[in-house]
Amino acid sequence: MMHRTKLMAWLAAATLGAASTAAFAQAEQFVPLLSYRVGAYAAGGSGIFGGYIDYMNYINMKEGGVNGVKLSWEECETEYNNSRGVECYERLKKRGSGATLVQPLSTGITYSLIDRVATDKIPMVTLGYGRTDAADGRVFPWVFPMITTYWSQASAMIKYIARKEGGEDKLKGKKIVHLYHDSAYGKEPIAVFQEYQKRLGVEVTSIAVPHPGNEQQSQWLQIRQIRPDYVILWGWGVMNTVALKTAQRNGYPSGKILGVWWAGSEEDVIPAGDASKGYTTAVFNVAGANLPLVQDVKRVVYAKGKGNMEDATRVGSVYHVRGLVHGIITVEAIRKAQERFGKGKVMTAEQVRWGLENLNLDEARLKQLNAAGMMPPLKMSCADHEGSGLVKFQTWDGNQWKVVTPDWIAPDKQMIRGMIEESAAKYAKEKNITPRDCSKES
Amino acid sequence: MTFFFEVLIGGLLSGVMYSLVALGFVLIYKASGVFNFAQGALVFMAALTFVGLTEMGLGFAMALAVTLVVMIAGALLTERLVLRKLVNQPQITLFMATIGLTFFIEGLTQLVWGSQPRGLDLGIPDQPIEWVLDRAGIVVSQFELFAAGVAAVMVAALALFFQKTRIGRGLRAVADDHQAAQSIGIPLHLIWAYVWAAAGFVALVAGLLWGARNGVQFALTFTALKALPVLILGGFESVPGAIIGGLIIGAVEKLAEVYVGPMVGGGIEGWVAYVIALLFLLVRPEGLFGEKHIDRV
Repeated sequence: MMHRTKLMAWLAAATLGAASTAAFAQAEQFVPLLSYRVGAYAAGGSGIFGGYIDYMNYINMKEGGVNGVKLSWEECETEYNNSRGVECYERLKKRGSGATLVQPLSTGITYSLIDRVATDKIPMVTLGYGRTDAADGRVFPWVFPMITTYWSQASAMIKYIARKEGGEDKLKGKKIVHLYHDSAYGKEPIAVFQEYQKRLGVEVTSIAVPHPGNEQQSQWLQIRQIRPDYVILWGWGVMNTVALKTAQRNGYPSGKILGVWWAGSEEDVIPAGDASKGYTTAVFNVAGANLPLVQDVKRVVYAKGKGNMEDATRVGSVYHVRGLVHGIITVEAIRKAQERFGKGKVMTAEQVRWGLENLNLDEARLKQLNAAGMMPPLKMSCADHEGSGLVKFQTWDGNQWKVVTPDWIAPDKQMIRGMIEESAAKYAKEKNITPRDCSKES
Repeated sequence: MTFFFEVLIGGLLSGVMYSLVALGFVLIYKASGVFNFAQGALVFMAALTFVGLTEMGLGFAMALAVTLVVMIAGALLTERLVLRKLVNQPQITLFMATIGLTFFIEGLTQLVWGSQPRGLDLGIPDQPIEWVLDRAGIVVSQFELFAAGVAAVMVAALALFFQKTRIGRGLRAVADDHQAAQSIGIPLHLIWAYVWAAAGFVALVAGLLWGARNGVQFALTFTALKALPVLILGGFESVPGAIIGGLIIGAVEKLAEVYVGPMVGGGIEGWVAYVIALLFLLVRPEGLFGEKHIDRV
């Protein structure tokens, strides 16, 4: 019945959406939310957008907004569908004071919006997904694949495996299977694995799983035949659970499976039961109901009945904390922009882009935000729209995720940055884009 | 050669899982001549309702019984509120109604139980049988063998139901011609209510097995897409056809993925089943076991 009450309220809010947006106060900073709460990927969407909304509520309730500027938002259901994502973006981009920035939470929708956000001059933030070479801010001034990209993650995974094996030189001849969602998202790291194949002599075989991934017997039989030392699971949604279950069915140990951060939530492992015990994934935010920020959100927001998560047990889960990170990035970019363009004013999208490019969330600042250790430090620039690249690894013990690398693991930054610049330059040539000269940006 | 047999057996066992879903489609088609697009949604609804009830503290048997009641109540409501008003309408109208039902069932189920994926443990380990693995070097899952046994029992029960019972025979008459069946006193509404209830039961069994295999989540609705080529191949009206079709589709898609997939970049099993189904449509439109219709011109 809890679901019913929440959803009825949500439907009522959606119905009244048009009216309420017309009544936006001038002093509100509007954030469009291209969310998805139904369909095959609802667990990820509801968790992350729930956390995102919780953080914006938290800032409004605790601080009265960003230096007094209240945050406002409106959700539009994309169902993780590209065309609906574009439709939602077009519907919301001019709401209220205009879109501050957009976070589509879908690599597919990201690709569909790249040209549009450049035309509309609205920054698009893609935390841990999207187009990797957009990390070159000289070519992609409006796209921010922040914290870490798929290429950085692939590199960090190889580094983690090397650490387990006793060094990169021990990887020669090791067999790794890259089991991927057959989509742009799943194919994104192949270039990095090919590079490592050349550099380290590791043998990587990529095996595709058709969408949505609810049948993987043939893929795991191929894996059984290859007998890899590790399987890198690059899945999303039901594909992750089914991969773990099918691995068990075929006798492949979960301890040898290493998941991408979109395969590392409670929603991926709990439905798989025992099959997921010992399974490890990369992660760019740690989880836990006892994290200081989660505790504070509970105290400030949930205690007053304003929490967005309908299931309170999910507060502090991987997805929910990732949503809080989405909120931190949004709020801190606005705060940074206000430092330059005027405290207590509503920022334009262009001003927020400046805020993003000058964001510096070092350990000290993260501590002030109650988020030290929860997410990696981040320093952005005109040229570097990634800003970090650091990840941790976590293992599912049957009840909860345990961080197994207390330190943040860095990718091979030099190699990855070189690949990013090469790919971005190719894109610039194709699209006839003249890269920005960052030395002239202030 | 061992690997070939391993792929083949894995495919056949996966095919049985597709057949379980296909059986629900066959039931409705036999009664109304309509492809029930909502069958995947019914599988999702049944599994999620069962798990939701167990989370509320109900024991296995009680949750099963209550879910069955919910599925039957849903079937009766469908008959009363939707199908009864569409008697003697063109089949495409009934088909469109089932599309509407699909979205309604999906939305309602998530509204009541939420969209969180859940686990479901039926107590049967989904692990290789060690005895077979040690002696033959072939992976055979205990769980999938159990599912194959369940499918065999259901096929036998449904075949008996259609061939030997009065309702079953009435149901076949209704499928041939609604008006003619009514004119000789066959209670159309009752027949439809029975058959939708039976389809709900089949959906419950399929939902429990698929849910235990893959987790209970929205993607269960996509099992319908796995059943469609099975039906085209086996015939929409044939219970044994659903099983044979499932076995063929399961085996061929796995063999194709393993032996042809790597040559073309992989990920072909999703569509290769439809290619087989399409070829069958061209050669034998009624499927392997479907009834050949001869219409007077």
